Amino acid sequence: MKPETLHIELGRRYRFSASHRLHSAKLGDEENGRIYGKCNNPHGHGHNYTVEIRVSGGIDPATGMISNLADLDAFVHEQVIEPFDHRYLNEEVPAFQNAVPTTEILCMEIFERLKSFPHAKLEAVRVEETANNSFEYAGN
Amino acid sequence: MIYLTRKIEFAASHVYHNPALSPAENKRIFGKCNNPHGHGHNYTLEVTVAGEPDPVTGMVLDLKDLKEILEREIMQRMDHRHLNLEVPELQGQIPTCENIARVIWNLLDAKITQGKLHRVRLYENSDLFADCYRNGGGARV
Repeated sequence: MKPETLHIELGRRYRFSASHRLHSAKLGDEENGRIYGKCNNPHGHGHNYTVEIRVSGGIDPATGMISNLADLDAFVHEQVIEPFDHRYLNEEVPAFQNAVPTTEILCMEIFERLKSFPHAKLEAVRVEETANNSFEYAGN
Repeated sequence: MIYLTRKIEFAASHVYHNPALSPAENKRIFGKCNNPHGHGHNYTLEVTVAGEPDPVTGMVLDLKDLKEILEREIMQRMDHRHLNLEVPELQGQIPTCENIARVIWNLLDAKITQGKLHRVRLYENSDLFADCYRNGGGARV
């Protein structure tokens, strides 16, 4: 089979730790408590998040790579890890001043931040909030 | 459609070096992966086969058959080997995760005759992997 008949993606995993609070300004306190439960506790709580990203593109025959890992790592660190790690997402990430930082919304925000990666096409972002919950977004 | 996945692990060494580039360029691009005597990884390979369960056996394919194919085509070829020196299919290529996954796809695709090879995922370590699909092969499951 010729290589162009195949679709190849590179996957990479990163980690950050952050706190958040699930509270919707569109709902009353009682509703928030009912919907979000412990996640609505007023001072927030935290998770160790894992972000898995997949990018695609041609394999450069000179390097054997879709994207140089150093470039990819630097971009993800600058766009996501630095601004998110050891932060309170609700207060310190502008996107969450008007959106509830559920992992669904977080996943979409990370996709938006990474989709302009210049050396390969971002295919999908998967965020694991805990080892048991994960969310994936492919931009549509 | 059912997507069935079997996982195997193999250990192998490799080195990233492109003879068309200068030693300094090789070092700059590949870093530690260019160290001359190579280094190794525990690779994890996930092979996903797509198909409909057979109405009699309830199976997409017999896992024993898949196990034998993986043993013959992958384990015997790559386990405890130096990928640059001992795997002819990788000759002339940098044995990155992407290239090894593509070679594995090409080794397995014709051998899987019940169901259809859907995805090859190769982990070099838990934080780095490559996926290989057939272009236009449907869901990225």
